[in-house]
Amino acid sequence: MSDSRPNQALALELRGIDKRFGDVHANNNINLQVPKGTVHGIIGENGAGKSTLMNIIYGFYEADQGDILVGGQICHIPNSREAIAAGIGMVHQHFMLVDNFTVLENVVLGAEDGAMLNVSLRKARKELQRLAHEYQLDVPLDATIDELPVGLQQRVEILKALYRGAKVLILDEPTGVLTPQETDHLFRILHSLRDQGVTILLITHKLREILAITDNVSVMRQGQMVGHVKTSETSKEELAELMVGRKVRLKVEKQDATPGEVLLSTEKLTYTDSRGVDMLKAVDLEIRAGEVVGVAGVSGNGQSELMEVLAGILEPTKGEVKIGSNRITADTPSSAKLVREMKVGHVPEDRLSMGLVKNFSAEESAILGIQEQPRFNGQWLSKRKDITEYCQGLMEEWDVRPRNPKLRSSLFSGGNQQKLIIAREVDQDPDVLMIGQPTRGVDIGAIEYIHKRIIDMRDQGKGVLLVSVELDEILALSDRIIVMFDGQIVGEVAADKANERILGMMMANVIPDELKQADTAGEAL
Amino acid sequence: MFDTIILLLDATLRVATPLLLLALAGLFSERSGVVNIALEGKLLGSAFAAAATSYATGSVWMGLLAGMATGFALAMVHGFASITHRGDQIVSGTAINMLAAGLTVTLGRYWFEQGGQTPSLVGDQRFQAIDLPLAGMLQDVPLIGSLYSKLLSGHNLLVYLAFALVPVSWWILQRTRFGLRLRAVGENPHSVDTAGVSVTWLRYRALMIAGLLAGIAGAYLSTAHSAGFVPNMSAGKGFIALAALIFGKWRPVSVMFGCLLFGFLDALAVRLQGVEIPVIGEVPVQAIEVLPYVLTVLLLAGFIGKAIAPKAVGQPYVKSR
Repeated sequence: MSDSRPNQALALELRGIDKRFGDVHANNNINLQVPKGTVHGIIGENGAGKSTLMNIIYGFYEADQGDILVGGQICHIPNSREAIAAGIGMVHQHFMLVDNFTVLENVVLGAEDGAMLNVSLRKARKELQRLAHEYQLDVPLDATIDELPVGLQQRVEILKALYRGAKVLILDEPTGVLTPQETDHLFRILHSLRDQGVTILLITHKLREILAITDNVSVMRQGQMVGHVKTSETSKEELAELMVGRKVRLKVEKQDATPGEVLLSTEKLTYTDSRGVDMLKAVDLEIRAGEVVGVAGVSGNGQSELMEVLAGILEPTKGEVKIGSNRITADTPSSAKLVREMKVGHVPEDRLSMGLVKNFSAEESAILGIQEQPRFNGQWLSKRKDITEYCQGLMEEWDVRPRNPKLRSSLFSGGNQQKLIIAREVDQDPDVLMIGQPTRGVDIGAIEYIHKRIIDMRDQGKGVLLVSVELDEILALSDRIIVMFDGQIVGEVAADKANERILGMMMANVIPDELKQADTAGEAL
Repeated sequence: MFDTIILLLDATLRVATPLLLLALAGLFSERSGVVNIALEGKLLGSAFAAAATSYATGSVWMGLLAGMATGFALAMVHGFASITHRGDQIVSGTAINMLAAGLTVTLGRYWFEQGGQTPSLVGDQRFQAIDLPLAGMLQDVPLIGSLYSKLLSGHNLLVYLAFALVPVSWWILQRTRFGLRLRAVGENPHSVDTAGVSVTWLRYRALMIAGLLAGIAGAYLSTAHSAGFVPNMSAGKGFIALAALIFGKWRPVSVMFGCLLFGFLDALAVRLQGVEIPVIGEVPVQAIEVLPYVLTVLLLAGFIGKAIAPKAVGQPYVKSR
């Protein structure tokens, strides 16, 4: 009986939420209680059903069954308008902002007072100044969105929700695009919101963040809630086990590196894109045999261009790349195919657009880039049977599931797609392997395996270039870490001297004091 | 010489009017994210409806209403296919163009038995020129007087309406709630949806406006500019208007200048026919008639810089996961 009585202390309650998409049971009888004025974490692997659940709360989807209670009252939420009216706000993973509108216009959109804009804008400006002051949410109101860094864009999203009177704020993977400093600032904002009585639902797959900021955690796995715990009474290990359903080793086991000869190097490498912007500015870089070189940086600071120039996809504007005895310059450009023949493997950052072809079968994606090799290619026709067998072999070795070479590439999970791509590249036995965002959108179980294989490559005397926006990953795998900012290398740190704070500062183009003394001899301005 | 220029500019205004109405129709539609390649068909369909109705009823106002209704109806067909059913906007637009081209001639032959034309419209079946106040008195004042009385005065109502709609459109887009939402839905419909506003209804309203404006353009063509409907009288104006829309970067005032430029080229082509040009001699009619189109290509290819379309234009809205 007590179960059905309205509970005023709960900001949000879910009872038996159920949602299917065709055969997929995205949410299976979900129950959740979120007390008022707390930060509640929802954690789970990709595809566990977190986003679906949040979209149901925000009225983007309607649940097949179950009730949503806001402040103890059952709410029918068929669309976002009703969710907003019930006091629910959401900051989506991909921001819902109009790029060429000002901050003010974005906030007002959909929450205007009356048909004339001037009145709404004037009122919003006043209200936003108050909110900004109250919650450390300073944003230039008249700047257009495309002028703002992502950290500020996110604040606009939060302001949007608050302006609409949100009492429950949902944040979906909010830190994916932020630097560590921006993340810290976000957490401070969230704390002050909580202290003012706002309830926060934080969706993430990052265990560290859950531990850092939440009061309670709910864990989802395969569409079900598998546990509710108090943050103060749990640990990374326990949460990871709940998420994956088995024990997970979070630390990467590795010995010290024994770097050998230089396999790949660049000298004053410069790349100017079609808009005339220098995306790489005189980059000098070395990759030796038997080491992992990590490249850290906020995305968009030249890492992608660096990978693509090294992979032969983009042509350098100035400077040169040396791979073994080969040289690539503006006058003697290369191609992805030639670079591959120089025994350099490339796992692109953007898996879905460069790593594989979504509408190809797994076996077709498994031979992308090597499809011309005689073992796959007869005189007139491709050797379908051999291709299938090859793909089957890779799938066995790398535990790609489902083990069906004929299945469309897009139907595999992110982790399995990534395993297949890395398998393809590793199987070519390259001397240098370049990997971009190896575990973006990959679940914890697969991360563990991919990390182990990267270290295996290194231990076999290969050189590895690792580009990642995940600092944890960079720190766990690299032997040396290079930080990029605005197309330049800000500096280099040995892995055992690096930590998140140091890298975070360098990512914002600040050289930490402890590096300054050591560097004065080598670094020229 | 001065009189020639006045006449040329006068013709420019008249030729630019349907372009302007169409381009504004395209502007509302495309700023909401719906590509409007169907302008040509809407123009032709409503031109026929306006002329036929005007002839049958004897009232140009009924003709105008019929033209607007036809533009509206065709726009709703476009919307039903491309908004409700998320069909390809180019395909549904092209279908409307083909439908209008065929249906107008077929119905015209059946009803009027004049090879697809409507009978000539006379008197109240057409829009008449309006003399602005004091036009007669001022015409002897040098320069300003003749500019006023010969260039600005003496057009029909729809010409004035078209140019008056330019600031009105700007005001709607920039100063009203509807305009803000309309611009947003063409840039990022997800932002509108998550703000709790219906993407579908917004785009339908944009298409309604577009349909009505294209309908006025059609009525202008057959009951004001000409005296009746002639098969295929739209002659690519719908596409030229789209070019002007891109030329003007989807902004009302710039679009108006685009339309005036294309109108001017058209008027110039007519003026130059049979005229001896020094050195070159008489230019063949065909070469002159092709001029606006060649210049259109050149202008679009190089002279206007990068035209950035509304980001979501052409994409049916689907809620992502």
